[in-house]
Amino acid sequence: MSSFQSLARAMFLGFRRDRGALFFTIALPLFFLLIIGGLFAKQSTPKSKVLEIGSVGVLDQMPADMRAGFEKSLKITRIADRDAALSKVKKGDYDAALEQNGDQVLIHFSAADQVKSGTAQGQVDGLVQAANQAASGRAPKYTLQAQQVEDKSLKPIQYITPGILGWALASAGMFGASTTLVTWRTKGILRRLRLSPVPIRTLFTARVAVSLGIALVQTALFIGVATLPFFGLELAHYWWMAIPMVLAGVLAFLAIGMLIGAWAKSQEAAQGVTQMVVLPMAFLGGSFFPIDQAPRWLRVVTEIFPLRHLNDGMVKVIARGAGPASVLPEIGVLLAFALVATIIAVRVFRWEQI
Amino acid sequence: MSNTIVASHLRKRYGDVRAVDGVSLTVEDGEFFGILGPNGAGKTTTLEIIEGLRQADGGEISVFGRSPWPRNPALLPRIGVQLQASSFFERLTAREQLRTFGSLYGVPGHKADRMLETVGLTDKADTRVEKLSGGQAQRLSIACALVHEPELVFLDEPTAALDPQARRNLWDVLRAINTEGRTIVLTTHYMDEAETLCDRVAVIDQGRILRSGPPAALVRDLGAATRVSVASGLLSVEDARALPGAEEVTDDQVSLTISTHDASPVVRALAERGALDGVQIKGATLEDVFLDLTGREYRV
Ligand SMILES: Nc1ncnc2c1ncn2[C@@H]1O[C@H](COP(=O)(O)OP(=O)(O)O)[C@@H](O)[C@H]1O
Ligand SMILES: [Mg+2]
Repeated sequence: MSSFQSLARAMFLGFRRDRGALFFTIALPLFFLLIIGGLFAKQSTPKSKVLEIGSVGVLDQMPADMRAGFEKSLKITRIADRDAALSKVKKGDYDAALEQNGDQVLIHFSAADQVKSGTAQGQVDGLVQAANQAASGRAPKYTLQAQQVEDKSLKPIQYITPGILGWALASAGMFGASTTLVTWRTKGILRRLRLSPVPIRTLFTARVAVSLGIALVQTALFIGVATLPFFGLELAHYWWMAIPMVLAGVLAFLAIGMLIGAWAKSQEAAQGVTQMVVLPMAFLGGSFFPIDQAPRWLRVVTEIFPLRHLNDGMVKVIARGAGPASVLPEIGVLLAFALVATIIAVRVFRWEQI
Repeated sequence: MSNTIVASHLRKRYGDVRAVDGVSLTVEDGEFFGILGPNGAGKTTTLEIIEGLRQADGGEISVFGRSPWPRNPALLPRIGVQLQASSFFERLTAREQLRTFGSLYGVPGHKADRMLETVGLTDKADTRVEKLSGGQAQRLSIACALVHEPELVFLDEPTAALDPQARRNLWDVLRAINTEGRTIVLTTHYMDEAETLCDRVAVIDQGRILRSGPPAALVRDLGAATRVSVASGLLSVEDARALPGAEEVTDDQVSLTISTHDASPVVRALAERGALDGVQIKGATLEDVFLDLTGREYRV
């Protein structure tokens, strides 16, 4: 094995056996994705729950395809007992109860939750209209086509996935680099390697290679989980541009981490400073909520964070379906961050603890 | 015989501390050389300058005829270093550790594994370094220094903090390495270690070399008294003083000790009286040399 390969192997094994690192780079971010993604996954399908008392003709005689259409937004449950139905609506277990007397459809609702009962009424109204239309035997003259005004807007999972992934990559990259460098110095690995004929840049490139590998694994896991039907992330056409984006972003995070590690004298200092950078960067860089709605000055200020550029680029290619060339500016900015931080880190770097 | 290391007038300050203050020494090819001194004497700093880890403020240093500073990659494969604080990659097993260090010098894995045997760690091959005992970690650290079969080996207090049994085991390992023809430079604050292992020692204190030479010669040059002691109560202090050659006599109720520069007549006279129970004869040691040179008791 070449010295590059064996150093990379040693570092990878060191990472894989570090329960704390595994937890913070893999488990915790995935857990966040599950929780936050899960919350929004539920919220995106609000169905009105409606009771059908006895048999309601407009429902039962409706063509199957039309009924299936309504059942996307209405959950219809049959019940025989009228009093029981009314008391369930009263308690708020159901949004409304339907009853049909001859040609009249009667809807019972509670005034307690006006939004829900209003929604249910609107939906049932639509249903009755459709039944009237069908009964007339004529093709409808007017048709309604729904078009969401903000059709460019994103489903939560589409920005949550790249956002939390970005945060995970930033904290893994920065903590990994800063604490590793301090450990190497305090534990004498740097001095020991300085006494071997291997050029010191081999040590650093091996570490960078391992970190890039870990980042790709994080990315694959994240996208894998988010595209499960439950979370429902649909990848845009050029999603694979996420790979160069992630690599450029991680290079920037590693470089900043190395800079902190080159400066810090102790593990505590390295961790503290890294945390002080990662947390604000994650919040203001748009990892936990979209930054587009923030005031203009804030959006400008947050451009000092590489994570902001990674998040922007990732949303473009993963969710918005932008072309590969559209993220070149973000990749360029991230590489520039990496370059500048590396240059400063090399200047600050010390071989010895004291 | 050629000189592996030639150092002259090395100096290194840390702020106001003169860690190394004009050290000159030469180490010959194949020699087992010891740098002996109490904590803070400047042993580690001297070693680091020779290894090329630190730049001297002044003086000349050559190793295999070359300067180790600035970092000289042509020199590095020829030397092996065990640093005072063991430096391992985290969470690797002993074997992985050794193989990793071996690969830095192009040593194939199976060859690196053999080094585990040399230092007696075969049964700990799959144990992570964090789980090794002090002595085992120290031996692994030495194995890592030897894995590429260097001609010159530096060991900084390899037996510090080991129990006596572990120290003795390690001594055997070090002797074997030296017998293979490798030059060894070892620092220690144990007088007995320097006396047993080293061909030559340099006694160092406060950054200066006080005396150097073969341990036996240093002790002999001291001309210090030999101490003959027997169990208390075999003869009185007065009788002991009257023995031929006896100088000072003390009795601490456990043993009676007679100092002399000529032990033979003293021992003979004791034998004639049948008073040799529990006899011990102790020559001067490097400890006495240190006391003589510094006027201070040797304390580590
Ligand atoms: N990196 C350093 N910075 C400041 N002082 C140091 C440093 N290294 C050693 N010293 C000081 O130099 C002196 C010699 O130290 P050292 O060479 O480590 O001695 P030894 O190895 O014999 O115990 C001591 O007084 C020590 O405190
Ligand atoms: Mg020391």
